[in-house]
Amino acid sequence: MEVLNDFYRVAENPYEYSRELKKSGKRIIGYFCSYTPEEIISASGVHPIRLFGTGGDITLADSHLQPYCCSLVRGALEEALEGRLDFLDGTVFPHTCDSIQRLSDIWRLNTNFGFFADVVLPVKLNTESSREYFADILKKFRLDLERGLGVTITDDKLKTAITRYNNIRRSLKALYEMHSKEPGILSGRDLWAVTRASMIMERDDLLVKLSLLKEALKKGGRSGKSEGKKRLVLAGSVCDHPNVYTIIEDSGGVVVWDDLCTGSRYFEGTIEENGNPVESIAARYAERLVCPAKHLSNTARGDNIVRIVKKHDAGGVVFLLLKFCDPHDFDYPYMKEFLDRENIPSMLLEVEDSLPSEAQLKTRFETFIHML
Amino acid sequence: MAGEAQEKEKRKMKSAKKMRDIMTNYYIEAKTAGETGKKVAWITSGGPVEPLIAMDVIPVYPENHGAMIGASKMGGELCERAEELGYSGDICSYARSDIGCSLVDGGPIGGLPKPDMLICCNNICGTVLKWYEVQARYYDIPLFIFDTPFCHTEYADEAKKYVRKQIDEYTGFLEGVCGKKFDHDRIKEVGRLSVEGQQLWQEVLDTAMNKPSPMTCFDAFFFLALIVTLRGTQETIDFYRDLLEEMRGRVAEGISAIPNERYRLLWDNLPIWYRIKWLSEKFASHDACLVADTYTSAWCGSLKYMDENNFLDSMAEGYTRIYLNIGVDEMIKIVLEMVDKYDVDGFVMHSNRSCKPYSLGQYDIQRAVQREKGIPSLIIESHMVDERSFSESQTETRIDAFMEMIRQKK
Ligand code: SF4
Ligand code: SF4
Ligand code: SF4
Repeated sequence: MEVLNDFYRVAENPYEYSRELKKSGKRIIGYFCSYTPEEIISASGVHPIRLFGTGGDITLADSHLQPYCCSLVRGALEEALEGRLDFLDGTVFPHTCDSIQRLSDIWRLNTNFGFFADVVLPVKLNTESSREYFADILKKFRLDLERGLGVTITDDKLKTAITRYNNIRRSLKALYEMHSKEPGILSGRDLWAVTRASMIMERDDLLVKLSLLKEALKKGGRSGKSEGKKRLVLAGSVCDHPNVYTIIEDSGGVVVWDDLCTGSRYFEGTIEENGNPVESIAARYAERLVCPAKHLSNTARGDNIVRIVKKHDAGGVVFLLLKFCDPHDFDYPYMKEFLDRENIPSMLLEVEDSLPSEAQLKTRFETFIHML
Repeated sequence: MAGEAQEKEKRKMKSAKKMRDIMTNYYIEAKTAGETGKKVAWITSGGPVEPLIAMDVIPVYPENHGAMIGASKMGGELCERAEELGYSGDICSYARSDIGCSLVDGGPIGGLPKPDMLICCNNICGTVLKWYEVQARYYDIPLFIFDTPFCHTEYADEAKKYVRKQIDEYTGFLEGVCGKKFDHDRIKEVGRLSVEGQQLWQEVLDTAMNKPSPMTCFDAFFFLALIVTLRGTQETIDFYRDLLEEMRGRVAEGISAIPNERYRLLWDNLPIWYRIKWLSEKFASHDACLVADTYTSAWCGSLKYMDENNFLDSMAEGYTRIYLNIGVDEMIKIVLEMVDKYDVDGFVMHSNRSCKPYSLGQYDIQRAVQREKGIPSLIIESHMVDERSFSESQTETRIDAFMEMIRQKK
């Protein structure tokens, strides 16, 4: 499947890709967290890319952030201070967890990428006034973008962007579903590359590639074997460690679905195409699968993880949590409890800056998978 | 040595006993609420308590309780209980010790009274949201979230509208849980008392501008409990009036908080509750008085937005723009003002692993203070109520080195 190479190229070298895109005349805005209203950025004609941590050592960020801050936040700052994000024309910070909140301040005071905006979202999403505020704040963001970038974002452009993103999300979901049905058609690492690249690649180009991939999968894809493999769900914030998928597969398992902000939380939920565009965008973010930094109900995430496991006929859950990530740390015990109640086994893998050694991981996964 | 004992007696705060009595009575009343038929609400320390008082609900502050747990050095053991449930040892130790305490009714007062409702205001952090969700599941009671959008650089009009609306939702929520109408006359009175209490608290803190200072920030950590838990009541006002009088009397008589105040310092972040005495003695042995802090002044820092004649409306802004809910640059401004106001020679920052919104950004604040004011600073790391994480000898060495630097500069 040649088309996979395109995804890998982008997923593995996002900066190189971004620089090329920039040369072709595109302006680029980096964003954090899946609550960023990408549709509005996209409608402004500027290209949004999601920023992750760093693969390398963290040194410069250490003079701004304590070691007890998650590696995603420290790593992102490191990339900025090291000058690796020189292609950016701006950055957008949606308000989510305490660490991103402070990263935004530190970023604003210590970097200079041009455009800068905080999108101070509501923390609760289950009341009328909070949803109204969500829409109000996105309208404000639209104005901020227009002013800051010197562009006009018409309703028509917004509508086009909405359709574009609905298509992207639908395609990603369709791929996930095909893979859940027949895990052999794609490896976990492939799917990782596809979702990651989806947050970086030029979006119209992405849509073309996604449909090419879908065609290839219909013809059987990698036609790998998945019989006898234990079906697992991966849950956490982000998964920036493709090796996890490979090691799980080598240990006799396969990830068939996830609850990640770089996975299902990114693509679940479509935007109403016929309403007021900004309000419809706000509604989708308020209704999509909730992140622990937001409040939908006291049990939304616990109920959801059980639902995912059942729907995808999985035998267990792997929690992949970044060390020092407060919101996920708080949710883990009760989500585990909800799973326990349904006799669904789970294991916790806490990751600091980098993964534990492959051998160690393999032993842990094997032990878990044998137990299922 | 009779002289030394006398000296010590002279320096003792007379108001401390009264304060202890008030707090004891308060906790007794809260713990016997079941018998008096009053409702109990657990509320976050920065939360809008006045509507509760106006509704005769007893507000209980898990964070104040957390401070007591820390001060009695019971934090480690209770945190462990939470960790056994799967909570990470890296999350806020107030939350961990509270979650642990709910299970075993432990701690210095045998646990808090069971809540009838939870009021969570995220103007201090996102942790309280998660923590209160945990408790809402555990006690299976209603949770009201008072959402105060973060003010990185501004208090946006959109936020203003949203917060104001929530005040009505809040009073409506209370009407539902309490089964009675919200008393709009009473809230005016409570609001007035709250503002007056905050003003008095600020005046108390201001007495530390005197040289030598009649109080240390460690005293402020102690006397803070009332403005946190009972603001909006006459009792608080009466108490702070007396305290203010005592402080002014000390100034007039030349009674200083520590025997020989030669250096004045500013503290940043929450206290290290289980090492208050140790730290205050340690600094005093260097003739250094920690005269002020960024923490206790948070309970009067938004007075400028509060209007006692229009309390409910102005409270929206007051509660949204408190110290922890603003950008790092805004915090820098406030810290620089405090350096001048209290005329300090050094800056002690508690890098608190428990509290990311307070601690992340401290390095930038530290650099700004060094750049603008040229005074030395020290960073001490801990988890504020989890004594297992604290290294006394390491901290001691660093304090000694820091004081040496201050001595050389002066
Ligand atoms: S887990 Fe949620 S809040 Fe955290 S970074 Fe991902 S999308 Fe944002
Ligand atoms: S939600 Fe967790 S992983 Fe994401 S930025 Fe916040 S602390 Fe880091
Ligand atoms: S100490 Fe910090 S994290 Fe903990 S409840 Fe207070 S403000 Fe929140």
